[in-house]
Amino acid sequence: MKIKGIKDLVIFLGPPLAILAIFVFYPILGTIIISFLSGSSFTFENYRAVLFETIPLKALIVASPGPYPPWGALVHNAVWIVIAVPAVVLLGMVLAYTLRKIFGSSIVLGIIFLGMVLPGVVSGLIIRFMFDGYIGIFPRIFSLFNIPLLSSTWTIYPETALLALILGSIWLWLGFSVTLYSAGLDSIPSSLIEAALIDGASEREIFTKIIVPQLKPVTIVVTLMTVMWILKIFDIVYVVTGGGPGGASTVLALIMYMYFASALEHNKAAAVAVILAALTLIPAYWYIRMVLSGEKYEE
Amino acid sequence: MRSKIFLRKLFLNLPIWIFAILWLLPFIALVIMSIKPYTEVILSGWWSIGGNYTLKNYIEVLTNPSYNFLRGLGNSFIISSLSTVIPIIFAAMLAYSLNYLSFKYKTLLFILILFFMSVPQQMVVIPLFNLYVKVGLHDTLLGIILLHSAWGVPWIAFFMRNYFKMIPQSLIEAARVDGAPESTIFFRILMPVSIPALIAASAIQFTWVWGDFFYAMVFLPTPANYVVTQRLALLKGQYHIDWGLLSAGAILTMLPPLLMYVAFKKYFVRGFIGWGVKG
Repeated sequence: MKIKGIKDLVIFLGPPLAILAIFVFYPILGTIIISFLSGSSFTFENYRAVLFETIPLKALIVASPGPYPPWGALVHNAVWIVIAVPAVVLLGMVLAYTLRKIFGSSIVLGIIFLGMVLPGVVSGLIIRFMFDGYIGIFPRIFSLFNIPLLSSTWTIYPETALLALILGSIWLWLGFSVTLYSAGLDSIPSSLIEAALIDGASEREIFTKIIVPQLKPVTIVVTLMTVMWILKIFDIVYVVTGGGPGGASTVLALIMYMYFASALEHNKAAAVAVILAALTLIPAYWYIRMVLSGEKYEE
Repeated sequence: MRSKIFLRKLFLNLPIWIFAILWLLPFIALVIMSIKPYTEVILSGWWSIGGNYTLKNYIEVLTNPSYNFLRGLGNSFIISSLSTVIPIIFAAMLAYSLNYLSFKYKTLLFILILFFMSVPQQMVVIPLFNLYVKVGLHDTLLGIILLHSAWGVPWIAFFMRNYFKMIPQSLIEAARVDGAPESTIFFRILMPVSIPALIAASAIQFTWVWGDFFYAMVFLPTPANYVVTQRLALLKGQYHIDWGLLSAGAILTMLPPLLMYVAFKKYFVRGFIGWGVKG
């Protein structure tokens, strides 16, 4: 009996663990070690070097001579999170709630979700197109209002490149948020809302006092997932701006690739990767704790 | 009274539908641009319905040997199919172990899987690059298939595990009492009832592998091995952009995931919910 149990474990656990060990676990450890190697010594030198690098297409914190404003990739990622996360959460929640009262809501949901299935390169090209000075939708609208800065191609000017990418990312990612909120709304007991209606609560009170608090777990998941997605963002930036112009739209994952592919500085590339992974670990840790506490609650 | 309700409905419906159409507009524009000569798009805009329509852009993208789009589509198809089938099997086995077998350090393994789910791709490429160059997997389809497969295992295992939790435990226990070996329980009992979950996971994994760009750039540097996303990125010139060609290429590139989405919409959306919130 005992031997049979071990045999089953080897058969079922062996192959998946082997492939995870070789292609996921070993390279993660390897990257951490490489990031601390400089020459033959074990130091923080690579981290110091990448954090204080100021060449625009490699800068993490401050770029010089910088785009305007002269910030590096870490700041760009932070700005991205500060703008996109509240937008995705708010729009997602309000839309999911409104969609319940709409004809053909599943079609609308299907349209909004489209962005989630696109290959990153295609999304990038569409974003590039939306902000194209000749044929793009946004510059066309702004040219009606006679705003020259916003009427030309957004992605080739340092003032607007990052903003175009951020707005584009909201367009892409909203489907995730709306879908999760829709599922969350389905699980709110209707008796809760009926009781409030009998007590004479207004539509607005129901939304702010019942719906929003009930959706709190979904809000946390959407926030964490969106933050992780933005930290890892690469494809659309690479395709649309390549981090430019003059480093105005660089992000962490792109800087890692710059060190790795263009400069062949593997140790510094590893250091950037570890910084990126460490930042991702903050929301991931929160998410893992949430999943694990859900487990205990169940049992 | 009735007209008042109607007005209220209209008041709610109209903005949402306008919103949805605006959201869809970039896609519509992309389709129109791909079937119009680019000179006309420049002169009168893609929003003008009149003028000529042509499939020239598609033919150009598919047949011009310097774009080699068909080869890219073929490579993507091979890589995505195999990188879907392999991790699904492995992940199902892992999820089975987590749910139905007893062993030490189970919680630790589960936490490790959750951790792997969130690690950025950038975190593994450098040591793998060195390893691949050494063992001859660099610049081969096999190399990237193995990587995509391993990369898919954690999230699919998590997803399958949540699905298994919803299956009545008695189903497995009854089979065990009958003395069925674990492999029979897995293939004959558990897999057939898990088909919805298998479809959902396959559709999402296929879409993600198809859309991958970063791994392909690192591990497939030779043009003959390029996947379709690399081909599409090349189609966008450095300075001049031919939106006609580019939109035709973009539509060809997104067609397989799009068809997958249309065919398995229900599974797809459920899959994402299961991925975000636990089942």
